Amino acid sequence: MINLRDKGASIWENWNRVQRTIFVLISITVVALMPYAGGFGPTSFLNTPISSYQAVLVYPIALFVLMGLGLNIVVGKSGLLDLGYVAFFAIGAYTMAIMGTMTSLNTWEILPFGIFFAMVAGLLLGLPALRLRGDYLAIVTLGFGEIVRIVALNLNITGGPNGVVGVPNPPPILGQKFELNDHAAYFWVILVMILLVIWMVRRFTIRRPGRAWEAIRQDEDVAALMGVNLLVYKLWSFTIGAAVGGAGGVIYASKTMFIAPDMFTFNTSILVLACVVFGGLGNIWGVILGASILGYLPERIRFISNARQLVFGLVLLIIMNVRPDGLLPRKKREKIKQKEAK
Amino acid sequence: MSALLEVKDLKVSYGSIMAVKGLSLTVNEGEIVTLIGSNGAGKSTTLRTISGLLKPVSGSIVFKGQEIAGKAGHDIVAMGLCQSPEGRRIFPRMSVRENLDLGAFLRNDKVAIEADRERVLDLFPRLRERYEQKGGTMSGGEQQMLAVARALMGAPKLLLLDEPSMGLAPVLVDMIFETIIKIREQGITILLIEQNASAALDVADRAYVLESGIIKMSGKASDLAKDEAVTKAYLGG
Repeated sequence: MINLRDKGASIWENWNRVQRTIFVLISITVVALMPYAGGFGPTSFLNTPISSYQAVLVYPIALFVLMGLGLNIVVGKSGLLDLGYVAFFAIGAYTMAIMGTMTSLNTWEILPFGIFFAMVAGLLLGLPALRLRGDYLAIVTLGFGEIVRIVALNLNITGGPNGVVGVPNPPPILGQKFELNDHAAYFWVILVMILLVIWMVRRFTIRRPGRAWEAIRQDEDVAALMGVNLLVYKLWSFTIGAAVGGAGGVIYASKTMFIAPDMFTFNTSILVLACVVFGGLGNIWGVILGASILGYLPERIRFISNARQLVFGLVLLIIMNVRPDGLLPRKKREKIKQKEAK
Repeated sequence: MSALLEVKDLKVSYGSIMAVKGLSLTVNEGEIVTLIGSNGAGKSTTLRTISGLLKPVSGSIVFKGQEIAGKAGHDIVAMGLCQSPEGRRIFPRMSVRENLDLGAFLRNDKVAIEADRERVLDLFPRLRERYEQKGGTMSGGEQQMLAVARALMGAPKLLLLDEPSMGLAPVLVDMIFETIIKIREQGITILLIEQNASAALDVADRAYVLESGIIKMSGKASDLAKDEAVTKAYLGG
């Protein structure tokens, strides 16, 4: 598997711009057609026992991929263990729910607000919390995740335990309607977001913030000795991660039309974190693969009802033992370049 | 000669334990000054405080005429005070190139950065050979060279070296100390911390002896090297 990836990377290195563009466009088209993959006789096995394959593809899979990529910026790139990531997802979702039911703004107009509020929350949490390190940060973020849920549980505006009902679906874009059961349309919207996040992460990685994050992840003290402003770059990582979570929350609320506090428990934070670690901490493609598998698997094996969690846990245990760095670990570009030099 | 760094009555503590108890030292422009002392004397604590990683309890640190005590680390680096930390803490999963890039993290002057890169690679030809290799896969000596080279990439006025000879073979220790002299010849002032007192006193102009957080002695390095008390305690004879 390792050789396969290195080989893929070296093929990619040897391609010119046109070849790369064509490859990327074909890949995106193939992924965009995925909602239809379960519609044929032989592939109908993709449909899970309770939900249709298309529904599962949107939530959990696509949204987990999106959140996984967002959390990967925080945990994978900068090494900040965030155990309350679901809080940002919840803030995005509640922004959509409250503004969608109380104002005449539509989903696309609310989206920037959802992202903005999630970022503000990230900043407010990050300012005090990011002065802490390692385990301490993890505990504070865990607490934050719970606080957001409990606040939503107790406020009137969030509907308390009943949540918010009647959240409007998004209005059409380019003639594409977004009805409750129009799963493919939601999938495409989330796919666009995922592509944007991938593009953003890749740009950051080769620029100053990416280098700062990598330095912080490897050795915080020494990063400071290199002149890296620890708090500023950690806050960047944290708020960008929060923004992605918030965006996911807006789409989620707008799709399901109903949200309640029990959708945003600690379990979700852990599951998204599991996607990141399972797939390969710090590697975009690993995270995508991990989130796809961990999103799909629990739905697929729903027929064994009670043993479901057990089997799911076993799969996690086995894979993490066989591949402790995740399915697709961080890439080793240097290695390839070094070979070329020789 | 003017004072580039002036530390006055510096006190640093970890919780209730006072590690540095009123330390004063001066580094003049163009000098190599060494701070020697045994394990736990407070040498690294002093250096970490000067670099802004630790906040002092009291005292002042004046660099280039400005008070820097309690300032954030990145502001201090920006002023031209760079440190090569103890224990060769290079970024293990970054290549030599990436490590050097990070040394120049705060700089935007591309041309000057490339010139400095050539300069440090000339200083440590070994690093040129290992240019694309991951830092963590190199030998101890190479890692130490990288740690010093990385600090030089910040274009320091004052270079702080924390135990550059620690854990190295004698041949490499000589090589590192020869390089320290070459670095000074390029106009960089150096504050060197060492347990290897004899080697440090050899290259330094002046020296301070630190014991349990207090400066016990100070003076010209050549004088201290002959001092009976110093010889007995630190030079093994």
